[in-house]
Amino acid sequence: MASYLVKRVLMALLALLIITCVTFIIMNLVPGGPFMSEKAPSPEVLAALEAKYGLNKPIGEQLINYLKDVLRGDFGVSFRMQKNRPVIEIIQDLFPVSARVGLFAVINAVLIGIPIGCLAAYNRGKVLDSALRVVMTIGISIPSFVVATLLLILLSVNLKILPGMGLTDWRNYIMPCFALSFYPMCYIGRMTRSSMLDAINADYIRTARAKGLSSGRIIFKHALRNSLIPVVTYIGPMIAYLLTGGFVVETVFSIPGLGRYFIQSILNRDYPIIMGTTVFLAAFVIMMNLVVDILYKVIDPRINLSNGGEA
Amino acid sequence: MKKVLALLFAALMVFSCFACNTQGPAEEFELNVNIASEPESIDPALNTAVDGAVMINHMFEGLYKWIDNGNGVAKLVLGQAESVDVNAEKTVYTFKIRENAKWSDGQAVTASDFVYSWQRLVDPATAADYCYMADILLNANEIMAGEKDKSELGVKAIDEHTLEVTLHTPCPYFEEIMAFPSLMPVRQDMIEKGGDQWTFDLSTYVGNGPYKMESWEHNSKIRLVKSENYYDYAKLGPNAINFALMDDANAIYAAFNSGQLNFIEEVPVAEIPTLVEQGKLNIDKYIGTYYVCFQTQKAPFDDVRVRKAFSLAIDRNYIVEQITRTGQVPASGFVPYGVNDALGIEGDDFRTVGGNYMDVSKEAYEANCEEARRLLAEAGYEGGAGFPVVEYLYNTSDNHKAIGEALQQMWQDELGVTVNLVNQEWNTFLQTRKEGNYSIARNGWIADYNDPMSFLDMWLTGGGNNDAHYSNAEYDALIMQAKSTSDAAERMRLMHQAEDILMGEDVVHAAIYFYTNKYMAQGFTGMYYTPLGYYFFGYTKQA
Repeated sequence: MASYLVKRVLMALLALLIITCVTFIIMNLVPGGPFMSEKAPSPEVLAALEAKYGLNKPIGEQLINYLKDVLRGDFGVSFRMQKNRPVIEIIQDLFPVSARVGLFAVINAVLIGIPIGCLAAYNRGKVLDSALRVVMTIGISIPSFVVATLLLILLSVNLKILPGMGLTDWRNYIMPCFALSFYPMCYIGRMTRSSMLDAINADYIRTARAKGLSSGRIIFKHALRNSLIPVVTYIGPMIAYLLTGGFVVETVFSIPGLGRYFIQSILNRDYPIIMGTTVFLAAFVIMMNLVVDILYKVIDPRINLSNGGEA
Repeated sequence: MKKVLALLFAALMVFSCFACNTQGPAEEFELNVNIASEPESIDPALNTAVDGAVMINHMFEGLYKWIDNGNGVAKLVLGQAESVDVNAEKTVYTFKIRENAKWSDGQAVTASDFVYSWQRLVDPATAADYCYMADILLNANEIMAGEKDKSELGVKAIDEHTLEVTLHTPCPYFEEIMAFPSLMPVRQDMIEKGGDQWTFDLSTYVGNGPYKMESWEHNSKIRLVKSENYYDYAKLGPNAINFALMDDANAIYAAFNSGQLNFIEEVPVAEIPTLVEQGKLNIDKYIGTYYVCFQTQKAPFDDVRVRKAFSLAIDRNYIVEQITRTGQVPASGFVPYGVNDALGIEGDDFRTVGGNYMDVSKEAYEANCEEARRLLAEAGYEGGAGFPVVEYLYNTSDNHKAIGEALQQMWQDELGVTVNLVNQEWNTFLQTRKEGNYSIARNGWIADYNDPMSFLDMWLTGGGNNDAHYSNAEYDALIMQAKSTSDAAERMRLMHQAEDILMGEDVVHAAIYFYTNKYMAQGFTGMYYTPLGYYFFGYTKQA
């Protein structure tokens, strides 16, 4: 277990290093720059700005300097969007906003997705199963911006029962959380249903039935635990995605979160913010994947992590 | 009797308290405004945006300041200075700083504060985009180019309250520059203490203006409160001005309608016609021009006849009446209305004196198109035959797209030419346009100060904003002459001549309309405005 963990952490660090380098290079290849504006700065000012922020050095040197700074915990300062404000502070401000919305969305997706999957599997072929399958298919077919816009038009503009923007009170969370979680909820539901069906047909379930166990006990104690492995695999990256902010949903509901800011930083070519958020988001996704791998062991004791996670 | 008196006294006290309470809301008046989202910077030297400038104007003050002229329009008066003497050549100004001018922490504002701030502004190490606002000062250009030390700048503290400012040549818009945010004073000790982050810390963000920052919730709100050390504290209006940091038009408009905001500039595009019709949307002059520029160094737009034909074929009235719909004025020249001519605000403006370079009335459109077709034929493209397919470049935006589509249609219908629309994301677009990799490109220009030079010196050969890559030695000579002359009337005459070349002879670009600024306001009175886009809320009263 320990050697596996060390190996995985080293792999994660390597992945992070590659992501950082590739992003840095691509970012510098994209046309435009952080100091472009309708009123172009004079060549002297541009040179002074580049010198101030170290952009006058060769790309390779800039990258090495950036990596050294990151190792020291210095992610630099914003060049443009909040001139000279440390990127770390910006992430500290914005991540909690995205994470709050994301956390409710995760809870929503898991607590509704898994039960509806079980329910559909348990009622296989019946009307309830068909109805749930239709809902779940719709959920994974409609993009989140459509769900968000429909909710906004219906509940905020027409019926005026929920506020449409910002995050001032708990009612503000309802629509963005639902819009953000609708797709993963339906995806988890479908996944749970199909793996649950596989589990229900397995020999050990037949044995359990033969022993006279109740249906509820069979489903929730025996079948569910075994059918959760693919779901857990999905939940890891999903948590990372939801917690770091769905850009589209944050835009529709005017939520000042990290996802929306990340996109704005790309449009503004605010290099340190692009790099800081990329490294942060990548680290978060990698970490969630690692957690998931460890959770496998908890769910299925047959998985031997020291053999590279193989059963 | 004693009891009666006591009762009477008690009643009087109750009544007086009641009277106090009725005045309560006025005293607790707070204004909630939205100009934009999180400002790029609120460091006077580093800010380049109008939203930042509006905030800075409330927290800092220059030697001159803007006050209400009584009609909601701003006029210039002395600010931190109480008097000024100027030499006969108008190149040396001696200011007396107010004895009661104070920073928000109570320390006195001194002449040395201005010396430090202006030297900091032009110092290449500061890398301030707007350092050129100080280029009227002696040696400023040389310091910005790294050829001289910042200590040689034309500004000197004679004593604690006397400041001597030396210009290399007289400047007719000197007062306006002295009120511009870039030249407002900042505190050396605070900047040295806070470094580049001095604006983010309340203990180092010390200003000398009517308001001071009380809190900054990033991406949410900046709260300003009255500065008790400001010399005009007693006359200030709202106890607090809250700048809501939002950028979504729908959210801003909804917040205004629910009463959460008193002032907004952004409204959803779809709501504009109704709001204009209902008279709820206020429209102010804004000194700026929306135009399309031609790549003058590349065929077919290296031919002035082609450029003129394309300009004449634009139905400017259609664009302002059917697309932009917020009171924009069809442009008949490059320098917009509202820019002062030789007589300043007392006389006709530069546009009125200079006249029109084409008739932009609805009635003249047919004749303009006729002339356009004639010019195109003369250039060798009769009826558009043989004219290459060209591209119209704009930055991704619904509004620019709608204008691009209208232009495409007009050029197709009236000239028989095919123009393809190409849009690019903002930053890429800026680079493409700057490098001249286009045929026709959308463009726009807002003045930094109320003077035609703000519109004309950008077209000098090799200028940083000369996206048309235009070059004309005669034009360059006229602009340089205008820059060096001290006679106001002669200066204007030279600039009119220069605009005649730019718009009349060379038709470097097709000006489409002069900008306007729109806003909605409720619950207060007493705001005033400069056509540079700055709103002032410090002396407002609850309605």
